[in-house]
Amino acid sequence: MIKFQMPNLGADMEAGTLVEWRKQPGEFLNRGDIIADVETQKGLIEIEVFDEGTLETLLVKEGEKVPVGTVLALINDGKGEAKVSEIPSGEIQKPEVHPIEDRIEKPELQSTERIKISPLARKIAEANRVDISLLKGTGPEGSIVKEDVEKAISEGKKPIQQTEKEIGERKETSEKPSGPAYDAIRMAVAAAMSKSNREIPHYYLEKRMDMSKAMDWMKEANKERPVQKRLLPVALLIKAVAKALDEVPDLNATWENGLQRKNEINIGFVVSLRSGGIVVPAILQADSKTVDEIMETINDIIPRARAFKLRSSELSQSTFTITSIGEGGADKVFGLIYPPQVGIVGFGEISEQPFAEDGMLGIRPVVDVTLAADHRATDGLIGSRFLAALNKHLQNPEQL
Amino acid sequence: MTEEEIKKTVFQLLQRIAPETDPSRLMPEENIREALNIDSFDALQFIVAISEKLNVEIPEEDYGKTISLKSLLAYLDKKVNG
Amino acid sequence: MSDLIKITYREAIKQAILESMQKDDRVFLMGEDVGNYGGAFAVSKGLLKEFGPDRIMDVPLSESGFTGAGIGAALAGMRPIVEVMTVNFSLLAMDQIFNNAATLLHMSGGQLNVPIVIRMGCGIGRQLAAQHSHSWEPFFAHVPGLIVLSAGTHEDARGMLLSALQSPDPVIIFEYTAMLNLEKEIPSDSGAVEITKAKVHREGKDISLITYGAGVYKCMEAAVSLAAEGIDAEVIDLRVLRPMDEETFLASVRKTHRALVVEEAWKSVSISSEVVSRIMEKAFFDLDAPVERLCGVEVPIPYPKHLEDASVPQVMDIVDKVKKMLRP
Repeated sequence: MIKFQMPNLGADMEAGTLVEWRKQPGEFLNRGDIIADVETQKGLIEIEVFDEGTLETLLVKEGEKVPVGTVLALINDGKGEAKVSEIPSGEIQKPEVHPIEDRIEKPELQSTERIKISPLARKIAEANRVDISLLKGTGPEGSIVKEDVEKAISEGKKPIQQTEKEIGERKETSEKPSGPAYDAIRMAVAAAMSKSNREIPHYYLEKRMDMSKAMDWMKEANKERPVQKRLLPVALLIKAVAKALDEVPDLNATWENGLQRKNEINIGFVVSLRSGGIVVPAILQADSKTVDEIMETINDIIPRARAFKLRSSELSQSTFTITSIGEGGADKVFGLIYPPQVGIVGFGEISEQPFAEDGMLGIRPVVDVTLAADHRATDGLIGSRFLAALNKHLQNPEQL
Repeated sequence: MTEEEIKKTVFQLLQRIAPETDPSRLMPEENIREALNIDSFDALQFIVAISEKLNVEIPEEDYGKTISLKSLLAYLDKKVNG
Repeated sequence: MSDLIKITYREAIKQAILESMQKDDRVFLMGEDVGNYGGAFAVSKGLLKEFGPDRIMDVPLSESGFTGAGIGAALAGMRPIVEVMTVNFSLLAMDQIFNNAATLLHMSGGQLNVPIVIRMGCGIGRQLAAQHSHSWEPFFAHVPGLIVLSAGTHEDARGMLLSALQSPDPVIIFEYTAMLNLEKEIPSDSGAVEITKAKVHREGKDISLITYGAGVYKCMEAAVSLAAEGIDAEVIDLRVLRPMDEETFLASVRKTHRALVVEEAWKSVSISSEVVSRIMEKAFFDLDAPVERLCGVEVPIPYPKHLEDASVPQVMDIVDKVKKMLRP
């Protein structure tokens, strides 16, 4: 018997609301099937199952909000013993214990911390449907007290938890992209970035890269394609980063009780929302996808990210992050690492610049690339190796 | 298709990409992407949508002619009405 | 409204004894040195002359013996007031109090009431060290069959004895030796007070200070200091430690949503333990912060003044604690 748990879909997630069960008891589940929809701060997420077996019992009702790690359902895999469902690279798994490193560094696993709130404040919050996960406590030990809840209510912000009825209503009009409140995304970004800036000692490297070969190659490639199949430079950049990570695997990792290298290269790609905030869906196994496949994935994933319709694996499994926010006009972007990852690459705008090579000066499209990396996990040498590898791949676009 | 109809279609598609903006307030010479904050992905989506809607072929080397409202409308008019 | 008179805590107790003996011939006082010496703390000074040795009775130094005699007198229809010099010596009378006074009504199938009142001096603050200090109210409050009162104010010192003598069941009254010389104003016509309810001495909305005995005046003083800093504290005197009047403090906690329990007794297994438990059981969802306690340090009461002071909560401790609770 497998215990299927509420997955952790990001460093900042503490709880999720089970909106809809997509499978019913008795149904057979295959690996990768979507078992449920869960509402989080980052929107409505389709939760995949990573085991095979018959869905035995549903333990959480639709509309219920439960903490990460709560057992949601039992799946019968034909074995008697109950075990916890294995979620690849999920953060709820306890990292292996390394006694020596333990003594050096014990990062908090914030995601499983209970919210401290006074009984009275909880009662008031429930009566007024205030989402306490978004409040900042001012009471003893940082607990949320009555005053904090009342302040949230009086400021009219009250991040409302959806009742079953409201969720029902929303389902009927599910054509409209319905997302979490702007506040909720803002708070999610705030929590993750504060944690990053507080806990991760970043180091920064930057390198200007000649994009003329890559752009020429892409122009040629696009000539033969119908408009629907055309490539964007970002697809090339993602593929080049994936290949560079393959060569420098220490950056494709997390820092949890020491460096934990990841087997798959799943590139988180920062998608800005027009209403403000960001969502970072993962392009899974980017190293083994062709540039065309990456472009297809982008075409699929960006609209879904903006409509808050991502799958759990796309939100929880990225192993490295890319931001190309520079295309809006900034020459350079210096990123903040998304914990517990250990690196983020920032691409500035691709623009024509004077570029010297072999004693000759020419005008070429160039891009300024930055790497922010976790100095606990790697040193500058690893970082510069990565940038060199990335540059090498961008100079050989036909081999991407 | 009249110039006015093309303009209406362009505005509709821009509005879908950037719902909080009002494309009809674009200045003729303004850079559309900069004015409406459209990233490369959405720009490509716009080109795809306009190609499908107006049934025209827009090769990549012509992207330069789609930058401002004025040049875009002139370009599309030529493509549609010859 | 009647006039106010200034009176010491000692005088208030004495007037209570005097009035009860004048009112009821069955009442008599027995204890060590209560007659010729006038009481170890001079509470009964002059009473021997007024009432004679039959009613102001010096007894041998045997707490078990004379407390047992008092119980016998009560069973025989008298209304004895037994004075135990200090709470420390009451341990020698525990067998009589717990095994006889507290149980006879039950064991006789409701036939035998034991209308005895046992007064004892207790508390800390007169440098009487571990021999003659201590706050052992919790021991007695543990035992069913007893009514346990704590006279934390002059009005209660003046009035509790009169009401206790009306009770058909054994009553223990704790008096606080540190307050004997303390002067306060009470109404000139003060007399019997009711002995079933706690009392709200000061109303407030920010926090409930729940206390008894020597903690009452300290909490009142702390509340005045806190008011100057904008904190509105409610002060509750438990008064009756058994059977405990929980309604009064639960109502207060439901209003203020915070509570600090203050007592001089040792913290573990104390009156405050009981108060906190009942708040958890019955007012948990009205709490906005953990209930906290200020209690006696768990050591035998020290002799040196500075250590004695440090062994029990003082006014500044209460003020500081409340500020920490409200403004973390």
